[in-house]
Amino acid sequence: MIRIKCPFCGERDHSEFTYGGDASIVYPALDATAEEWHEAVFMRENIRGMQTETWHHVNGCRMWLIVQRDTMTHEIRSVRPAHEGLAGVLEDDR
Amino acid sequence: MTRYNAWNVLKNGITGQKGWDRAWRDPQPKDSYEIVIVGAGLHGLATAFYLAKNHGIRNIAVVEKGWLGGGNAGRNTTIVRSNYMMPGNRFFYEHSLKLWENLSHELNFNVMFSQRAHISLLHSPAARDAAARRYNTMRLTDTGAELWDLETLKREVPHLNYDNARFPIIGAAVQSRAGSARHDAVAWGYARGADQYGVDIIQNCEVTGVRRENGRVTAVETTRGDIGAAKVGFAVAGNTSRLWRMVELGKLPIETHKLQAFVSEPLKPLLDQVVVFGVGGAHFYISQSDKGGMVFGGDLDWYKSYAQRGNLPIVQDVAEAATSILPCLGRVRLLRHWSGVMDMSMDGSPFICKTPVENLYLNAGWNYGGFKATPASGWYFADLIANDRPDPVIENFDLGRFSRGVNIDERGAGPDPKLHG
Repeated sequence: MIRIKCPFCGERDHSEFTYGGDASIVYPALDATAEEWHEAVFMRENIRGMQTETWHHVNGCRMWLIVQRDTMTHEIRSVRPAHEGLAGVLEDDR
Repeated sequence: MTRYNAWNVLKNGITGQKGWDRAWRDPQPKDSYEIVIVGAGLHGLATAFYLAKNHGIRNIAVVEKGWLGGGNAGRNTTIVRSNYMMPGNRFFYEHSLKLWENLSHELNFNVMFSQRAHISLLHSPAARDAAARRYNTMRLTDTGAELWDLETLKREVPHLNYDNARFPIIGAAVQSRAGSARHDAVAWGYARGADQYGVDIIQNCEVTGVRRENGRVTAVETTRGDIGAAKVGFAVAGNTSRLWRMVELGKLPIETHKLQAFVSEPLKPLLDQVVVFGVGGAHFYISQSDKGGMVFGGDLDWYKSYAQRGNLPIVQDVAEAATSILPCLGRVRLLRHWSGVMDMSMDGSPFICKTPVENLYLNAGWNYGGFKATPASGWYFADLIANDRPDPVIENFDLGRFSRGVNIDERGAGPDPKLHG
């Protein structure tokens, strides 16, 4: 079992989350060329080692997270909210 | 090389079993070969065998980082079937099944291929309609297909949960020529067959780099020295992306995911067929090995991973599916479970193709389908390497199909590798 330290909920089993995928992928503009869309939709680095990826805490706070995880050892280096500044905004509203 | 036949079994039986040769040699790598295949798994060994047998090429090395058949060859559930619907897949897997039917004779090695029928359970009229459409399409390729009603199913497979299942069973879609084979025997049979033709199978020989000159591969660098090659083929599903990076070819439409499988303690004969259960979020397939163990599996682990070990939530999911469809397994103990890392491709279909490098060829992206594809994969990959052009059957098994708008997406799941179960 992988344990992910959700910045909102604390450390939880990975079965509370769903795996999003490679977080380094950036979709191009809607009117970008077919080659650019092909690259974003179909092509993958498929790293063996430390990968930056997205996870969705679907059975928890429902926040999207960015996780640095080793795809060989499953060691997690860092977890942060996918949307920058979101944690701060939630703090300020409190 | 001693043939395996009744006479030799008898002769060796009365002479102390001293007349058997090694099944394959353990050669030192030569300086160079005409063809170097990377990966002595099922597909790599089959490729070498058909290169020698069908195309008369003998100067071949198959290099393997561990021992032959030690990767996904030993980490699957050994199901063989050809009930595919999409153009491309249909012809390919039917050809594979036909090769399976004669494989033991062809290899002079009993691969224990057992055509015990593959039974997909149906739970709703909509599922039955979809199966009817699929199975009618399969008939276009002369792939026999049947739809069983509940009475037939109860007679043939009496132990299923017919009484109080959450999703009541209403019938089954059946491919009677499908079945299973013994995974190790397939690896050993192809290795022995290739070795008889003079193919060097070099184990404990990890590829660490790929040397190139003028846009061509000239040699593979290995832990046992450099090996020159006029042509190189990759057949390393699970680790394709790593080798791809050694050739500096960038990205691939592949992610590496792991899939678990399980075997129970041995039981008396209980299940004569391969049974598949898939409805809603459940996905489960089971058969009984000749040793009596129930061999079964389900979904992959849902996140990308190169680790050859499975996670516990999937053990629970699969166990739940097992007891919901075969409640009689409730007290059966698990003997072992294992996990293999697979190339999951963007449409769930494989690649057997040329690459941007002139004399480099790729065999990859086997998803859940690698074991059953073994003979045809070797057959067409050998044909591709020998003739330097794809056979029309595999013309869409190339890396460029997505940019042409061709998706061989059997499940209709879209470009998310983990969903192509």
